[in-house]
Amino acid sequence: MSRPLGTLDPSAETAPRAAGGRAPDVFSREGWVPMRCFRDEDEVDFAVIGTGAGGGVLAARLAEAGFSVVALDAGPFWRPLADFASDEREQDKLYWSEERLSTGGDPLQFGSNNSGRAVGGSTVHFQMVTLRFRPEWFRARSDLGYARDWPVDPDAMWRYYAEVEAELGIAGPVRYPWGPRRGRYPYRPHEVNAAGHVLARGAEAVGIDWSPTPLATVSAPRGKAPPCVYRGFCKIGCSTNAKQSVLNTFIPRALAAGAEVRDLAMVGRIETDRTGRATGLHYHRGGRWRFQRARAVAVAGYSIETPRLLLNSAGPAHPDGIANAEGLVGRHLMPHVNDAVWGVMDEEIRWYKGPPSMAVSEHWNYTDDHPSKDFPGGYAFMSQGPMPADFATSLVSNTGMFGQALRNRMALYNNMAGLKSVGEVLPDPDNRVELAEERDALGLPLARVTFSYGEEDRALSRHARAFQREVLEAAGARDLFETTGTAHLMGGCAMGATPSEGVVDGDGRAWSCPNLWVCDGSAMPTGGGVNPALTIMANAARIADTIIAERAPDRRG
Amino acid sequence: MTRYPGYDVLAKRDTPSWDEATRRVVDARLAGPAARPVLEERDYRTLAALCDAVVPQPDRAEPIPVAPVVEAAIAEDRTTGTRFEGLPTMREAWGRGLAALEAEARLRHGTAFADLTPETREALLHAVDAEEVEAPEWDGLAPRRLFRDVMADEILRVYFAHPAAWSEIGFGGPASPRGYVRLGAGRRDAWEAPFAPPPDGGER
Repeated sequence: MSRPLGTLDPSAETAPRAAGGRAPDVFSREGWVPMRCFRDEDEVDFAVIGTGAGGGVLAARLAEAGFSVVALDAGPFWRPLADFASDEREQDKLYWSEERLSTGGDPLQFGSNNSGRAVGGSTVHFQMVTLRFRPEWFRARSDLGYARDWPVDPDAMWRYYAEVEAELGIAGPVRYPWGPRRGRYPYRPHEVNAAGHVLARGAEAVGIDWSPTPLATVSAPRGKAPPCVYRGFCKIGCSTNAKQSVLNTFIPRALAAGAEVRDLAMVGRIETDRTGRATGLHYHRGGRWRFQRARAVAVAGYSIETPRLLLNSAGPAHPDGIANAEGLVGRHLMPHVNDAVWGVMDEEIRWYKGPPSMAVSEHWNYTDDHPSKDFPGGYAFMSQGPMPADFATSLVSNTGMFGQALRNRMALYNNMAGLKSVGEVLPDPDNRVELAEERDALGLPLARVTFSYGEEDRALSRHARAFQREVLEAAGARDLFETTGTAHLMGGCAMGATPSEGVVDGDGRAWSCPNLWVCDGSAMPTGGGVNPALTIMANAARIADTIIAERAPDRRG
Repeated sequence: MTRYPGYDVLAKRDTPSWDEATRRVVDARLAGPAARPVLEERDYRTLAALCDAVVPQPDRAEPIPVAPVVEAAIAEDRTTGTRFEGLPTMREAWGRGLAALEAEARLRHGTAFADLTPETREALLHAVDAEEVEAPEWDGLAPRRLFRDVMADEILRVYFAHPAAWSEIGFGGPASPRGYVRLGAGRRDAWEAPFAPPPDGGER
């Protein structure tokens, strides 16, 4: 099991906080809010596994609709005001640090950029970039001729985007340059920092649009959340609650509506009966294994833990793992191309101030016909503001730079600017999550993850690096250098229109297990060229509403 | 060698740029790690020399302590979430990696890694990074992965977790609850470092 990584309150990482009829009040330093509690033997309407962008939204909506809900998370239940320091190393406690085995032609790096281990999931440390999918991406195969379609109505997703943006109080521009018209963002845009203006200047010089990034941090007071003070440590957890994470939005809503949230509760296996229906789940909390009964189960552990759990949940009717009748669980795993270009500016940029990505261009997400576009899909690119250790380690990891050369480079930290892409990777069944022989401290098989880029992905990555270089040079940067990498995860338990196309249907319900849902980034059939959090949330809201509309979570089957 | 002489992040400790949580974390760090020696004396000497090669500090009268903190991280089996194919678990990777560095130094130069000159040491690490290694101790260790993504990664995280490193590069450091007001290029708040002279090599 995990050991404390933080020094502030190590007990929060080893002893559950949400128990005995109360849960942490995330808007206080040491306060509590009342929490309804269920017994393990109570057959709750829904057990939700994971409380991030998918599970948190689902739990709140289901509880508000009157369902009895227990939401379990492997991570701690933080109070940001007391538990979060302005310190990179302390905040390592926000990531899933238990090892995943990484292999393939381009093995993925896990941890800070694609995992979270906390109530609120990775939204606790996301960069708050809340971009919508281009609507055509939901019909990528039919409308754009690549990858595959989502078995969902794009118009419905567009409506849920607006709903979730309102629920998060997104701060964004009055007019967004790309895609169909959208209403005003609920909160006014933030002032763009110097790092963002580098992108703006470069974009204008090469003749493409840019925009202030729509961000999930409030630009004016909202409830108990104060406006953003541009502290700049967003990526390692917001210590003021200006950031609208799931931890300080949907989780309080879920609790107020009568859901129970169990922190430090690692689910190891979903139990199914002879007919194949889920009956509950085995979870480890407080030093022992327990069993929670449930009429229905929703899995929202993200693209590694969701497949890992389903694969580890073989039962009489599910010999190869639950919902894995077609062998699709774990397949079609996708990261984003996260290649970047960096350079030195004559003036001091001081990119540590403000949210890390305050300016964005989606030009290549909405440009299909251009002589240079030799790849399907698209990419956004954004201005950057990495913290010192994050930047230094990406230098050595990418270039092998160390010693005096690295210190000399880091001496120019305040003059650096950078552009980083979020680029679409095509779904490939061979990129997948499997169970390894080796087991962790709880006896659960480790995840083994295989990933290799395809030719189209490489073409996109080349294009993104070359184009970002052009923009950064046009903005006046010199001594340019590149880094490569990936961010985010999508897929692994994708939605599909038929059982042979996906693990779950368009409503998130497993094709081969009628009372089991998948409601997180793993359900995404494609990744698009934008950060996934908003899409995961909008999709979760949509899935919740389909469940609520049926009013009987276990009617099918 | 800093471009920001006289700037000290710690001067902000008792201002609204630091909150109680951050003070506690940084105070504990400056007090040093609880002594938890897990390495043999020879391995520790190799580690100390490796830290010195990755972040040399000849300019500092009081170098930032790196090796003891890395050793503490090894002791607590601090992991990052990824175990790349070709590498053992984090702790084993450190133990075997340090032994392999030592073996490589003895094979090539007939001396301990820790006794190499800084130039020779750096050249040896570049060879490791290029995967040009000869010692059998590397068997089952991917040299570049190990050097970049386990060893140098942890060493740099420890170095740049120290306030002296923040001051050195003019980083604002902790900034909660006050944050910042002036976000534009060439603008600074009164509680930030004064501007440095423009970087060298400005010709286009």
